[in-house]
Amino acid sequence: MSEFLQHLINMLVLGGTYALLGIGLTLIFGIMNVVNFTHGVLYTFGAYIMFIVVQQLGLNFFLALPVAVLAGWLLGAAIELTLLRPLRGSDIDTTMLVMIGAWIAMQSGTLWIWGGVAKSVATPFPEAPLVLGSVSVSWLRLFVLAAAAMLILVTYLLINKTSLGRAMRATFQDHDTASLMGVNVDMIYTSTFAIGSSLAAAAGALLGPVYVIFPQMGDLAAVKAFAIVILGGLGNITGAVIGGFILALAEELGAGYVSSGYRDAMGFLIIIAVLIFRPTGLFARAERVG
Amino acid sequence: MTRTLGLVGTIALATALCGGAVQAQTIKIGVNEPLTGAFAASGTYVVNGAKIAADEINAKGGILGKKIELVIEDNKSNPTEAAAVAEKLITSDKVPVLMGAWGSSLTLAVMPKLMEYETPMVVETSSSGKITTTGNPFIFRISPPSAVEAAAFKGIVDKLAPKKVDFLVINNDWGRGTAEDFSKMMKEKGITIGLVETMDQGAQDMSAQLSKIKGSDSETVIVTTAVDQLTLIFKQAAALGLKKRIITTGGSQNPDQIIAQAGAAANGTMHLTTFLPWFPDKTPNPEATNYFITEWKKRGFEFAGCTESFRGYDGIRTAAAAIEKAGKAEPAAIKAALWDINIKGLNGNIVFRKSGPEGKESGQSQPNVYLIEINDGKVEMKTL
Repeated sequence: MSEFLQHLINMLVLGGTYALLGIGLTLIFGIMNVVNFTHGVLYTFGAYIMFIVVQQLGLNFFLALPVAVLAGWLLGAAIELTLLRPLRGSDIDTTMLVMIGAWIAMQSGTLWIWGGVAKSVATPFPEAPLVLGSVSVSWLRLFVLAAAAMLILVTYLLINKTSLGRAMRATFQDHDTASLMGVNVDMIYTSTFAIGSSLAAAAGALLGPVYVIFPQMGDLAAVKAFAIVILGGLGNITGAVIGGFILALAEELGAGYVSSGYRDAMGFLIIIAVLIFRPTGLFARAERVG
Repeated sequence: MTRTLGLVGTIALATALCGGAVQAQTIKIGVNEPLTGAFAASGTYVVNGAKIAADEINAKGGILGKKIELVIEDNKSNPTEAAAVAEKLITSDKVPVLMGAWGSSLTLAVMPKLMEYETPMVVETSSSGKITTTGNPFIFRISPPSAVEAAAFKGIVDKLAPKKVDFLVINNDWGRGTAEDFSKMMKEKGITIGLVETMDQGAQDMSAQLSKIKGSDSETVIVTTAVDQLTLIFKQAAALGLKKRIITTGGSQNPDQIIAQAGAAANGTMHLTTFLPWFPDKTPNPEATNYFITEWKKRGFEFAGCTESFRGYDGIRTAAAAIEKAGKAEPAAIKAALWDINIKGLNGNIVFRKSGPEGKESGQSQPNVYLIEINDGKVEMKTL
């Protein structure tokens, strides 16, 4: 029983960060119809910003987090302005190829700057874990869970309670009509991509110190983010949050009670099942086609 | 147009001639290591060690009157890439001998290419038993196979007296091979084998596996993987409150990197290693060890890398010794000469003995294995 509880705690902590990874990606896909292959690199980028600010500049850990979010925002805006804006209106394949190119170029860039050897970031949290009866969890991971929950809440409020969010949702439903109603669609696209990117960077900044930081760290993260997005339904933020926790649960229980060798396969088994039985995702709304 | 073509032709010819001229002046050794991906840290260390050996040999005038040139390729920690890189080194760079490919799965992927092109390879790190038992006569291994590690561990097992042991190993030929060889040895000693958990080579979160191990009634866990994953495991085990004796195998732990990155979580952990850079006087060849460590520090590399980089150093010296003995830089001659060399490695004499099915034996050298323990952030030696 205590082992099961420990798995559940692990699932909560892992699920929070998976959710954060998923919403950034689903937001961009839903509103812009762009498959963002740079999501994983932006995640890596956020982690390296933590490394620079905390380890190389010696500044405060908590200060580094907003810096990483801001840096992700700026890099995302730069990608949107230089790569995506000129391609607006071209087909999804062209955009996809350009994004794959950007992914490879940026990943090679991180390798070139920081090398392939993993880096770690010191945190102000005590090494001794919080022990509750028979289960224990590290303070750092609790902090990561809380920060992820807060970021998810902020994103939710931004989309549902602000005028920018209303304009984003309008663009998501029909960008031509939104444009006719006076929504600056170009601005919405840039903001959306920047927000999605800053969420990826935030996830990297939070998880970098938990794990180790290396140029390819974003690859597995991106694959999981895609899995979560498919699970939750493309463009569905609530779906991505729930999808994140479902993936974490499947991985934890799969590794704990089936076979640890197939841990990372669990997520994909679920995706296959979802694609067969509910191809629009578990939580997709009915969408108007054409 | 004709002039342009003529010019291009001249340049091409000149380049070809220059290339030929350079080739004649150096002897190439192919290096096939993971410089990116999951094993980037380890592969980079090995390559840096290899460069020290090449520079040392070249400073003394090279071999057969020529300088040696390392042709270094990145196998990206990926078996498919490792095979492709080996093919490129042999067919395009025309190297007569290779060193590689760090991981067992990477080396196993390269092995058919060695058969195809009849080119020998010095295996510097891989420890899966399969490498020297499947009948590939182009393999010459200087690292200990996991069965040798397990045999060396036999002595300490009596002192530690474990009753039940769990395994957490990387899910590839190295990890599974180690679990098999160590289980066999311990079962003979009457020790119960509990869980055998695996993890993907790129996995960053092992909490699920560790939670399962925490719930078992074993008191010892044998962990096999490379340094980056080990760091994560120690941190995550501490966070889960896992209080079992952890012993790592494989010699790719880089204890100093673990101490730096895992901090207090590394205290009390034990490691089977194949080199003692902390205690040069206790190594089989103190003079060479001291030279190597001094040179490593002089180049500004992290001391932590020594436990891996020495393999690159020994590997290149092994290949160079064979080329010298062969008297020519040709694959068949080097392969034959590898059987006759006897050089002083940093971890014992490198002499190849036959291993595997008769008629197509691989070469296997017998290096030393040591057990160390991390206490209060320092490395201590355990006597076996």
